[in-house]
Amino acid sequence: MLEKFNSLWDSLPSYVQSLVWIVIVTVVLILCVAFLTLWERKVIGWMQLRRGPNRVRILGFLPGFGQPFADVIKLLIKEVVIPARANKILFRLAPMIALIPAFAAWAVIPLSPQLVISKADAGLLYLLSLTSMGVYGVIIAGWAANSKYAFLGAMRSAAQMVAYEIAMGFALVGVLMATGSMNLGKIVESQAGGVGSWNWLWLFPLLAVYFISGVAETNRAPFDVAEGESEIVAGFHVEYSGIAFALFFLAEYANMILISALTAVFFFGGWQGPFEGWPVLGATFLGAPSFAWLFLKVFCLVFLFLWFRATFPRYRYDQIMRLGWKALIPVTLVWIGVEMVMAIYRVGPWARPWYH
Amino acid sequence: MLIQILFHVFAAILVVSAIGVITTRNPVFSALALVMCFVTSAAIWLLIEAEFLAVVLVLVYVGAVMVLFLFVVMMLDIDLAELRQGFTRFAWLGWITALAVIIEIAGVVWAKGGLGVDVTRGATPLPADYSNTLELGKLLYGRYAYPLELAAMLLLVAIVAAIALTMRHRAGLKKQDVDAQVAVRAADRVRLVKMDPEKRP
Repeated sequence: MLEKFNSLWDSLPSYVQSLVWIVIVTVVLILCVAFLTLWERKVIGWMQLRRGPNRVRILGFLPGFGQPFADVIKLLIKEVVIPARANKILFRLAPMIALIPAFAAWAVIPLSPQLVISKADAGLLYLLSLTSMGVYGVIIAGWAANSKYAFLGAMRSAAQMVAYEIAMGFALVGVLMATGSMNLGKIVESQAGGVGSWNWLWLFPLLAVYFISGVAETNRAPFDVAEGESEIVAGFHVEYSGIAFALFFLAEYANMILISALTAVFFFGGWQGPFEGWPVLGATFLGAPSFAWLFLKVFCLVFLFLWFRATFPRYRYDQIMRLGWKALIPVTLVWIGVEMVMAIYRVGPWARPWYH
Repeated sequence: MLIQILFHVFAAILVVSAIGVITTRNPVFSALALVMCFVTSAAIWLLIEAEFLAVVLVLVYVGAVMVLFLFVVMMLDIDLAELRQGFTRFAWLGWITALAVIIEIAGVVWAKGGLGVDVTRGATPLPADYSNTLELGKLLYGRYAYPLELAAMLLLVAIVAAIALTMRHRAGLKKQDVDAQVAVRAADRVRLVKMDPEKRP
């Protein structure tokens, strides 16, 4: 049976194979997003000594697991209200513009040693340009709704995005210097050799900058001033209802998973196993690279997002700008200088023989 | 064949959105049409295997420049009647500029034809391990390092000049000193007073 399947698979043309993988990745991602919303409510509930959602069951057991599906069905059958003075075309277009980059970015992420949809050579630049396009959804939504609250949210989001984009780009320049490639697959391969040779150790300041900018880029707490429900109701999506709102919601959570996956790929060795090259463990399955390691890393990093939301109060707007421009960008610039010195004296990642 | 069809599709979208930039009445639509122009021209560059240039065009212009542009255009209350006032007076200048650009492009196409490059066909396919980014990097930081540094310096001067020209120190402007805010201690703000809970009779 399995052999038959394998031969059938091999006989398919390569574009059909890619198409099948694209569909699989997208569907799995949407399911992950659905359960991430449940996981977030559960985790924050536990942190606040509540139970979280525990009523909707799947087939009568697993309390709470039906919640995401119940939410989706509820949002699907609600009316999408379009304000009378809104720009009809852009109002409908904005949720899609927000969602598409969040999914398209997965094309270049190496999921396992064998599996990556596109081995694009400029993969890192592709990711940077796609993540920077997500802001259009927010800006257009804020403007098209013809509402002052939505517009304020959009403006805040745009300014924040531009500020943190630069810090993010500079942090990735450091990764580029340490791994010598813009191909994400090669970035992961160059971090081979267990937990000590991943990038997080030598690029720790850049890791911090990247993850903080990632949280800001996804408009998550404590940087969620674009929503700011205590000041501007719900920010850019205040006029959206039903499934149009759900698309924004989906985009936000897909972006969270994306940023976590990218942090895992750039700083935590992607699909590399942490015990690789260790005396006893290295020989077992624990030392082997696999998709499971990537999943575990992404899971831990996504948990950080939820933890932040339950812990930190919202930043004041001027403090967000100050942090972005005056703290994060100088840190990255200094660390790129430090990396230059490390490269000259062949310390850390630059001590590897293949580098020279 | 597929590439040619794609080229014509993208080219059509590019031309339509380029016309849209100058014909739509709403400045926000103009800016969005310009974004569309950048994206489609990036797609056309991808077709001739200039992937680095294509991605950088999207990254820099769509991701950063146009976001700021939209930001400004949405905030401004642009009076269209006032904007259109000088249109016929300066139309001749626009025509001359358009003509100059067309002549330049035609010149490049003609010169390329003279060099034996067939411009009507796509790029010759490159080997799979060919890295566009690497080759461009070698040229920029090797052969053209000096002009690149000069251009970078020029940009830096422009940034400094723009900030220096627009930074004004108004008298009596209230500012927050963040360092002072961070360094503040509880004792500076709150004073605990020991007193009896009620007045003595």
